[in-house]
Amino acid sequence: MSLLAIVLTILGIVALVQLVRVFELGAKLRGNTQDSVDYNGNKLNGKLWLIFGVLYFAFFVWLVMEYGDKLLPVAASEHGAVIDSLMNFNWVILIIAFAGTHILLFYFASKYYWSPKRRAEFITHNNKLELIWTTLPAIVLAVIIIYGLTAWNNITDEAPEEAVNVEIFSKQFGWTARFAGTDNELGESNYNFITGANPLGVITPETIKSRIEDIKEDIERIEGNLANAPEGGLREKELSKELDNKKRQLQTIRTYSRKNTVEPYRAGDDDKVVTGEIHIPVNKTVNMHFRSQDVIHSAYMPHFRAQMNCVPGTPTRFHFTPTITTKEMRAKTGNEEFDYVLFCNKICGAAHYNMQMTIIVESEEDYESWLAEQNTFTSVETAENRSVNEEIEVEKENNDLATTK
Amino acid sequence: MSTQAHAAEHHKESFVSKYIFSQDHKMIAKQFLITAMVMATIAMIMSILFRLQLAWPGESFSALSFFLGEKWAPDGVLDPNMYLALVTIHGTIMVFFLLTGGLSGTFANLLIPLQIGARDMASGFLNMLSYWLFFLSSAIMVASLFVESGPAAAGWTVYPPLSALPQSMSGSGLGMTLWLVSMTVFIASSLIGGLNYIVTVINLRTKGMKMTRLPLTIWALLTTAILGLLSFPVLFSAALLLLFDRSFGTAFYLSDIFVAGEALTQTGGSPILYQHLFWFLGHPEVYIIILPALGLTSEVIATNARKPIFGYRAMVGSILAIGFLSFIVWGHHMFVTGMDPFIGSVFTFTTLLIAIPSAVKAFNYISTLWKGNLKFTPAMMFSIAMVSTFISGGLTGIILADAALDINLHDTYFVVAHFHIVMGLSAVLAMFAGVYHWFPKMYGRMMNMKLGHVHFWLTFVSGYGVFFPQHFMGLAGVPRRYYTNSEFPMFDVFIDLNVLVTIFAIVGSFAQLIFFFNFFYSVYRGPKAKQNPWGSNTLEWTTPVEHIHGNWPGKLPVVHRWAYDYSKPGKENDFVPQTVPLEEGEIDGEH
Repeated sequence: MSLLAIVLTILGIVALVQLVRVFELGAKLRGNTQDSVDYNGNKLNGKLWLIFGVLYFAFFVWLVMEYGDKLLPVAASEHGAVIDSLMNFNWVILIIAFAGTHILLFYFASKYYWSPKRRAEFITHNNKLELIWTTLPAIVLAVIIIYGLTAWNNITDEAPEEAVNVEIFSKQFGWTARFAGTDNELGESNYNFITGANPLGVITPETIKSRIEDIKEDIERIEGNLANAPEGGLREKELSKELDNKKRQLQTIRTYSRKNTVEPYRAGDDDKVVTGEIHIPVNKTVNMHFRSQDVIHSAYMPHFRAQMNCVPGTPTRFHFTPTITTKEMRAKTGNEEFDYVLFCNKICGAAHYNMQMTIIVESEEDYESWLAEQNTFTSVETAENRSVNEEIEVEKENNDLATTK
Repeated sequence: MSTQAHAAEHHKESFVSKYIFSQDHKMIAKQFLITAMVMATIAMIMSILFRLQLAWPGESFSALSFFLGEKWAPDGVLDPNMYLALVTIHGTIMVFFLLTGGLSGTFANLLIPLQIGARDMASGFLNMLSYWLFFLSSAIMVASLFVESGPAAAGWTVYPPLSALPQSMSGSGLGMTLWLVSMTVFIASSLIGGLNYIVTVINLRTKGMKMTRLPLTIWALLTTAILGLLSFPVLFSAALLLLFDRSFGTAFYLSDIFVAGEALTQTGGSPILYQHLFWFLGHPEVYIIILPALGLTSEVIATNARKPIFGYRAMVGSILAIGFLSFIVWGHHMFVTGMDPFIGSVFTFTTLLIAIPSAVKAFNYISTLWKGNLKFTPAMMFSIAMVSTFISGGLTGIILADAALDINLHDTYFVVAHFHIVMGLSAVLAMFAGVYHWFPKMYGRMMNMKLGHVHFWLTFVSGYGVFFPQHFMGLAGVPRRYYTNSEFPMFDVFIDLNVLVTIFAIVGSFAQLIFFFNFFYSVYRGPKAKQNPWGSNTLEWTTPVEHIHGNWPGKLPVVHRWAYDYSKPGKENDFVPQTVPLEEGEIDGEH
């Protein structure tokens, strides 16, 4: 295979050498030299510009016809409809500008090909024309800017009070959501509280207590190892660094513990942590709060024309109002399999290409009953049943492994 | 005086001082060009490798195992980590090594002294240093490809924390460190070069070469050098701080991170800070790429249309306006990072303003063709094509600049299509135009025109063939930097289109073999060039064909007119070189 490639390459080079020789001989016979382009070449290339122009537009039209209806379906959110009409407005202007300039470009290129009988006209400038094609784009752009910024300001305005608060939490490589529960307030969270059973690091009086216990155990264990480690070795260095980190973490958590004695962290108790698939109500504003555990991710929901980066250390938010339920959209697109989807749109590592979560939009009643079925945070994460839960997790993982094998 | 005496001497040089550690700007230009061609070939092969995966995901290809080996392409199937590494290094090389170092390095070095009538750059030594730092950084970048854990893979923008945490991906190990070291050296090269270009243009113009008589190439290269000088130091500090975060446990860009089962101690930093610093360079950077391209195009179009460039002053004005505006638009890369919406609207406003000077340039190019007498040399073909891609790609920029529209298009293939056409394709086409046009000046021989035309049409058609369909994928929400789209049924409609794109990419790449052949064949065997083969007005064509130290054998030429007296009424020839004195009553410049 590679031998064939080498042979082909060599043959190709030989062919090119011969071709160049033929060109050169031909040019000599016709009395042309390399330093001026011959008349025929100019005429031919002039024609080719016109042909290219036609093919270019044809390619554009073909793509529109073939793929125009395979792009995103109608926007499924209130602001999405605004974005779509802004987009269409832009397209009209851009296609006019695109076609106009290209028609002139290809037409001039094909018309004014070189001829020894003609001389180019000595036109250096035209202030009137310059003025026209400076002001005209300026006016059109002013309209685009005003239209665009009005839309942008409305979209990024503060979410209404009664909006449903949902947290979207990203990590390599998956999404976890948290619904605010009956108080519609998301409990505070911190990355130092993240454990297998508390993947979002939600802070409650119970998690504070168990984290402190856990870390104290860790510290004891590390101190024990450190005592046994050979002095001055690499292992000792590693262990003491780990010990340092744990102590620092303990300090941070104790700060929360002190605050907790003044005003207990109770907002997180009724929060509901959900993975895999989330449900949101139609015609009600959803205020999404984004956090990330490790690297930057981006929560992209193209059907809602919504996107926001998830940045470690910097919470972000985006709100929108879904207008079409999943069921309605399935009917509209004629695709029974259709689902709204949220996926990662910021490079985040090897499995970036497969980091998705399904979103179901449904009536408020359906949404409420789905939400009622979800476990609250405290029912899952309490000091008593945490270890039980962990055992279940391990068992489940083992089962998963067994089935994949 | 000393350089003049030096020029007269014509002493024999050793091989090393003539071809390797040369301080002659013409030789340094060639060194930049050849190095950039080697780097571009590497980046182009990479693009074919990842295009194979995108068209036929999960299929086995012997080309993949041939280039990447068993480790990164087990059984000929591309590894996802390596996929990301390929797109990262492809972008880095194309943006920095080909279109910044290669484009400016080649043509600023070749044309600045020759077109302004100087014996050489202000500092030959710094010029040589600039090239060798460029070479060193290229070598480090290439070396990073052979690192055990793989080259940098966090995208060419290397956003932390992904690029800062070796735990987060294999490419953020030693490969990333080498990437940062390479870029730091590259920036040093760029700064030294840019400083030299600016000083040369300001101080060493020959008698009569007023700023208002400078060819547009020089205006463009000068503005480019100023942009680089003001913006590259910011990237330098961004890279340095990232190195600190990676190696010394600082927290400039890191905060609240739980990775690989461990909570990191760094708090208080912001990954968004890096993006501000990066794009403060990153946006001027795209103009550092496109301005020289526009400069070359202006020169080639005017010469081959046998007609003055339309609206010289408007062209200079728009170069300066673009240069200035490029500094206050960087935030449009960050509309969805969660930054204050008000700041977003400011950046939308400033970004859309750039469309005005860009439109002026496009209209002026088209008007230059109008009623011209167009000689379709390969250089001219590439230049006209560049005007087309500049318009096609520029227009979609108006959509992306709109913060509201960017929400849904950010980081999709629409962005990929936009910048590849407006910046990548345009600048590459212009660079080809430059090579075909100034080849006789560089090597004293002519390139074959027919092969040039074949190369042109294949490159141009496949260029659009690759990138134009990607707009549609972006409009459907297909994200960039995905190893495969097959995890999403909604993207299945594009399976065929991806195959088409890859076929165009392969055809386009093989077309470059024609160029390489034509280039190297002509260097040795091409017909000897005349002194002024294109009938051009600018000073570089008044130097002898054989390169000499100091460029002009006798006194420096004196300039009497602007560079665009083509087909001037009352003149016998359809060109009047800048060295020809004005006749009585003759008006110079625009009138």
